[in-house]
Amino acid sequence: MKNTWAITVKECRAYFTTPTAYIIGAMFLVLTGIFFVNDVTSPFAEAGVRGFTNWASFFTLFLAPLLTMRLLSEEQKLGTLELLLTAPVRDWEVVLGKYLAALSLYGATLALTLYYVVLLYWFGDPDTGPIYSAYFGVLLHGSAALAIGLMASSLTGNQIISAVVATATLLTLSFIDQVAELVDGIGQDILLSLSMNDHLLDFRRGIIDTSNVVYFISITAIFIFLTIRFLETRRWR
Amino acid sequence: MIELENVTKYYGDFPAVTDISFRVERGEVLGFLGPNGAGKTTTMKIVTGFIPPSSGKVTIAGYDVVSDSLEARKHIGYLPETVPLYTDMSVEEYLTFMGTIRGMERKKLNSRISDVIEVCRLEEYQSSHISKLSKGFRQRVGIAQAILHEPDVLILDEPTIGIDPIQIIETRQLIKDLAGDHTVIISTHILPEVSMLCQRVIIIHEGEIVAVDKPDNLGTRLRGSERVELELNAPVKEATKAIKSLEDVVSVSTTDSEKDNSTCLLIDTVTGSNARANIASTVVNKGWDLLTIKPIGMTLEEIFVSLTTNEETVQ
Repeated sequence: MKNTWAITVKECRAYFTTPTAYIIGAMFLVLTGIFFVNDVTSPFAEAGVRGFTNWASFFTLFLAPLLTMRLLSEEQKLGTLELLLTAPVRDWEVVLGKYLAALSLYGATLALTLYYVVLLYWFGDPDTGPIYSAYFGVLLHGSAALAIGLMASSLTGNQIISAVVATATLLTLSFIDQVAELVDGIGQDILLSLSMNDHLLDFRRGIIDTSNVVYFISITAIFIFLTIRFLETRRWR
Repeated sequence: MIELENVTKYYGDFPAVTDISFRVERGEVLGFLGPNGAGKTTTMKIVTGFIPPSSGKVTIAGYDVVSDSLEARKHIGYLPETVPLYTDMSVEEYLTFMGTIRGMERKKLNSRISDVIEVCRLEEYQSSHISKLSKGFRQRVGIAQAILHEPDVLILDEPTIGIDPIQIIETRQLIKDLAGDHTVIISTHILPEVSMLCQRVIIIHEGEIVAVDKPDNLGTRLRGSERVELELNAPVKEATKAIKSLEDVVSVSTTDSEKDNSTCLLIDTVTGSNARANIASTVVNKGWDLLTIKPIGMTLEEIFVSLTTNEETVQ
């Protein structure tokens, strides 16, 4: 666990010594900010976060891969992975350390948007429950997106390819519910149950359904597991 | 300390190394010599546990690098050929990170960092970003991280490649200084480096070991004779004849190098014989001036070429 922590700290520092954290954080805040303003100034404004958290999850599909693309790709490109994996560190400690760094940064950026919530309470009388559930949903969705991004960066030493693979995977998983509408019966059920968008709906409505929580945690776990496996198989090639 | 048993590694169908076995004892410096593509780096990666062998077994300090990988890795300091470093970190940050993931205690780590910074002469650069360092200094940082945790075994893959001559000399001196406390494997294709640093050399060619010996012994073993260089003031023909008639002298040849008034001869003698003394006394008894007489070993270049172009000579 000490190793995991050392790697998390190193990666967090790398986010801030390069402009990565600032650029991605600023993009996230500007984009969600625009839609927050849009929500509260509309003719039928409601004191809630439903609108902008919806967009936050959408932008995550593009920003999460930017956060994760460096994590393992760069190690492969620089060759530093060789030193990391010949140190007495387990593969899962490396993967987990890097994942936690990305998740911390994502969480911190998301926490900054709580400023909007403060404004809501200041000027309005929002319903607390849906705010909790919406944020919880964004965080769960984000953690799954980051796991997918990390998996993609374990595949290649090229950061661009890693980001593209991650975004493509995320978009497919998100909008597979559109495909579901075209098929009938059990096929539709399966496609719908795979869709990220479908599992996000309840959180925005203020419902925390166990099946949705399990879905996102499973996606996260599966892709972290895959990352560890891909890192191991690198050695056998 | 390091033991390889019948190690073979295939990349797909291509055999990168075939059936390699050797041992390195504690405190020994072993040179691993071969042309580019001979399988040196692959062997290094197998020894450090980065890639597992297709078959065979490697143990470091008694731990199998595949099945007991974590324990084995604790004993290794490794400098890969490409000197991979995190370029966005300062030297100090980098060493701190490498020490931490090797499980060093904070206090111990801090004192070791100042030690290795001194040993590798990085004092002026300890807070510089690695991206700003020249190749030679990066090489030193690479060595610094390899020795940071005081490993029993040091594996240096081409440690003097791509740096300037003065830095090469400094790096070699550094490796010499380290030799006593560590068991070292150095891979290189630079021949003089091996005779300078290593007690024993393994020559590898196309993935197979073609010779193992002390650098000095290799020459005599390959040639099957000891060569003596003789410089004297005498007529060439007469001198050649006189020496050829001596016992234990195999052949005599003249060298191309012309010197004023003196004759140079290369004499091959039977290994272990007393020929040199006989030659000297013959020259003196004939009343010729003896200017030089010295045994010459085979240079590693010669050994290398002879081994890798005509392998039968080894057996």
